[in-house]
This record gives sequence, C-alpha cells and structure tokens, in this order.
Amino acid sequence: MTEIAETHSAPAPSLTTRLEIVPLVLFTAFAAAPLLAAYSGAEGYVLSLLTRVMIFGIAAMALDLILGYGALVSFGHAAFLGLGGYAVGILASHGFEDALIQVPVALLASAAFAFVTGAISLRTKGVYFIMITLAFGQMLYFLATSLAPYGGDDGMTLASRSLVAGTDWLENDFTFYWVCLLCLFGVYALSRSIAASRFGRVLRGTRENAIRMEAIGFRPFRFQLAAYVISGMMAGLAGCLLANQAEFVSPSFMTWQRSGELIFMVVLGGLGSLHGAIIGAAAFLLLEEFLPEILHTLSFFLSEETRSHLAENWKMVFGPLLILIVLFVRGGIMGLLRRPHHG
Amino acid sequence: MAEALLELRNLRKNYGALVVTDDVSLSVEPGELHAIIGPNGAGKTTLIHQISGMLPSNSGQVLFAGEDITHLAMPRRVERGLARSFQITSILPGFSALENVALAVQARSGSSFRFLGNASQEKDLNGTALECLGEVGLGARAHIPAGLLSYGEKRQLELAIGLATAPKLLLLDEPLAGTGHDESQRVVETLRRLKNRLTIVLIEHDMEAVFSLADRVSVLVYGRVIATDTPERIRANPEVRAAYLGDEEMV
Repeated sequence: MTEIAETHSAPAPSLTTRLEIVPLVLFTAFAAAPLLAAYSGAEGYVLSLLTRVMIFGIAAMALDLILGYGALVSFGHAAFLGLGGYAVGILASHGFEDALIQVPVALLASAAFAFVTGAISLRTKGVYFIMITLAFGQMLYFLATSLAPYGGDDGMTLASRSLVAGTDWLENDFTFYWVCLLCLFGVYALSRSIAASRFGRVLRGTRENAIRMEAIGFRPFRFQLAAYVISGMMAGLAGCLLANQAEFVSPSFMTWQRSGELIFMVVLGGLGSLHGAIIGAAAFLLLEEFLPEILHTLSFFLSEETRSHLAENWKMVFGPLLILIVLFVRGGIMGLLRRPHHG
Repeated sequence: MAEALLELRNLRKNYGALVVTDDVSLSVEPGELHAIIGPNGAGKTTLIHQISGMLPSNSGQVLFAGEDITHLAMPRRVERGLARSFQITSILPGFSALENVALAVQARSGSSFRFLGNASQEKDLNGTALECLGEVGLGARAHIPAGLLSYGEKRQLELAIGLATAPKLLLLDEPLAGTGHDESQRVVETLRRLKNRLTIVLIEHDMEAVFSLADRVSVLVYGRVIATDTPERIRANPEVRAAYLGDEEMV
C-alpha cells in the first residue's frame, strides 16, 4: 500500500513538466520584453502596451481562480478593477499619494465588497449568479458615475503615479513595468499555490459535485466565499495598477462590457490553468491593438478604399474571430498548446 | 437494550398531499447492520435523505448518539459521524479515485482553509485514503480518474468515500444496485467485514444479500414501517409476505 503512495504521490512528471514550459516561456518573454523594447524604436508604446497586458493578466487570472477552479461565472469582476482604481484616485485627490496606503485600502475595499456581494450572490446558482454579480457590478458603475467630486461620468486624471514610501520610482516606465511583472508573478504563484492546496482541492471538488462535498462534511459556501474574496482582492490590485498605468480613473473601468472582456480573456486562454488567463489577456489586447493593421496588410488585393473601411471596422472581424476560437478550440489557447503533446 | 445510536421518531415527509414517509419510528443499535427493505416507491431513499440531512422532514425527530440532529445540515451530521452513500453514484469524476477518498479524509483532518502546500502530496491523507480503497478492493485502481472506473468500481468507491469520513454510522443506499455478480460478491464481503466495526443502515433490493448480512430488518411499505425484526422472523412474517413480497418467491 505505502509503496503505491510513495511512487504516485509525486505528480506524473512527464505531463506537468511539459506544461510548465508554457509559464516559463511566458514569464521569460515578459522579462525580456523591456530589453527588446529599447531596440524597437517605440519603447514607450511597447512598454505601456505590455504593462496593460500584464495588468489585465492579473485581473483575468483573478477571475480564472473562481471561474476555472470554482465554476463561478462572475459577470461583475470589472467592479474590482474600478474599486482598485478609485481607491488610488480618491486617496490621491485627498493627498494620500503613497501606494503603501493606497494599495492596502484598495485591497480592503475589494475584500469588503467581495465579502458582502459574494455572501449574497453565492446563495444563487448558475444563471442567477451571473445576473446578480452583473447587478452588483452595475451598481458600483452607477455609483462611480454619480461621484461628482471625483469627476462623475468623465472620471479623474491623476496628478502623478503613486509614490512608493515617498519616492516617485513609479514615474519611470521601466520601473513601473517591473513592478507590474512582479505583481503578475506574485499573483500567479499565489494562485497556483491556492489551486493545489487543501483549500483549492475543496474548491475544485465543489465545482465537480457540490452535493458529494456536503456529504463528506464540507460546507462549500464558505470556501466559495473565501475564493471570491481572494479573487476580488487580486482584481482590486490590478485596478490600482491600471489607474497608475493610465494615470486616469473613470467609471469605464467597471462597465459590464469590461467584465465580459475579462470572461472572454479567461475562456480564450483556457479555463483553469491560470497562465492560460494571462495568455488570453495578451491575445485579446494584442489582437485589439493590431487587428486593424493586420487586416489592412492582409487585404492588399483589395482597393485602397475597401482596405481602410475594413481596418476601420476591425471589430466586425474581431468578434467572429473570438467566437470561432472559442467554438473550435476547446480549452482555449492552452488547449491548443496541449493538443500536440497528447496526440 | 443498549442506547440506540440512531433513533427516528415519527419521521414524516410529504410533498403536498403526497406522503412519502409517514410516522417512521426506528431505532438502530450500535454495532448492528440494520437493513431497510421495501418495494419500489416505498420511500426508502427519501428516508435516507431525511436521516442524512439532504431533505428536511415535515415532522418528527432524528436522534443520533442521543443528540437531536433533526435540524442540522448534512455537513454537520457528517462531522458527528453520520456518513452516507448515494443510490445514484455521486463521485468527483475528474478526480482520481485516491483524491476522491483523500478529500473525504481531509474533511476530517484539520482545517481545509490552508492555502499553501500541495494537498495531493499529503502523506497522511493519501495513506488513510489508500487504506480505505484497499478495504473495498480498489487499492490497485487508486490513480485512475474516478469517471473512468467501471460502474461497479464506482459503487465500491462510494463505499470507500463513506468510510474515509470515519463514520460511526454508515447509511448505504443500494450499494449493490447495478453491479455484476462478482462485484456484488466483493461488496457483500466488504460489508461483512465492516459490520464488525461500524453500525450500518443498508437499503438494498438484493434479498439474498440482505438476509445474509442483516442483524435486523425493517420493512417499509407506502412510507410506513410495517415490521422490524430479525431476518428469520421477517421472512416468516405473514404481513410482510402479503404486503411486500406478495406472490414473489421468498428467498
């Protein structure tokens, strides 16, 4: 008996090591990008685009933690981006410009919001859960639009990026990039650990069969709520970074379309692998950025007028493209990467 | 007579005018294997749901080890040592057989609010889980995803999961249903072994198994217990023969 336990307690190495290549390549690419950016001639642009990719990677990963591992389809996750962003913006406008104050406040606010809305939403299942999280998200959106002292509909511009212990390190785009990469890696490592932990196993078990989990003595609600709070805090952190990246906060951070985009990123990358969510976020944002040019180039055989029309209405291609990927590539981009190995 | 481990007092479940279990009173002694038999639709599974806490009762009481657990939720009852299996196999198909059982062990060993450390590598959990799998004869299949096990093996896995919660009393809802002859022999053997260590409430259609295993048998007909007695006396009971067995050939 114990022999079996010994030999199999280590995860099947061939499978895991193969898949570990993906996150390794991913993070190496993020680490190497600033060095390459210097040669691109558009350093600022490349850095800011990739910083955005990483920030949305954090948010998408936060969502993946509850969506991929807990099958909780939160359609209001952009609310946490907004909470994080507004925590930075509002505190800064009152003279608290240090990230050491802003980030803890943002995390606390996100946790509190997640705790209250989660405790209510998690009493429902399926499509009702989707609708109720959407409703809470919209509630926060309309609250933000009505905050006249903080810019209302128009949002507010930050005077500068957050200070760190009184220094203005983050003003440097490179430093900010590294900080975001550090956050991305930190959130990734934490999420991986959570997914494999006792806690994560209960969450995954509940996704598969909640009744069975109750019948062995777990109360799934507590675990789902804790996961929802953790996920909300991670997305709140992404909101802090996003406000600093844009040096601007507005209600548009938390529209329901943004929540939908986050779900799309997770599904596009592949549910339940965490790095899949980062890849999904990257694919989504990079496509959004470059699709007009790609379309313009690919349609070289058409007349100049049609080409510019096509580039202008790139979303007509973007939408169907995403749908096709989700329809025909089961398991998203991660599924695509996995496929050749498994034959 | 020792104090009953499980006692049902006038338990009733109805959906509007449809009465499923009616005034069910039963007491299960520590250490006995108590079988509940009855024709289809007699309310056996509903009774198990009521005892395990999956369904609330309309009236009556459930006492476990002297404590009134009528209003406790299912997880709370499991904590007190009341485990169950399901008639319709209920497992985590994406988890290996070992992990299915290890999760049940985990539920009873320390907090599950641990965010660090790889749960699937915990030796204590896996060790106990393997013992439980060995107990039902699934030791060699520990690392197969549960969804890929044969039907009979899934039934055995259910049993192992129930055992892993370290119960005082195990409620088994038709553990033999749908299993082949060999598999059902194995389950019967397993139950015979467990019987010495655990109190078991068994619902089963397989009369041969019931009469060979049970210390006492209760007969449920239209939601009512019409008799509780030793297997021999149940077999001879004319009321049982008339109501339940009818013209069917008695084993």
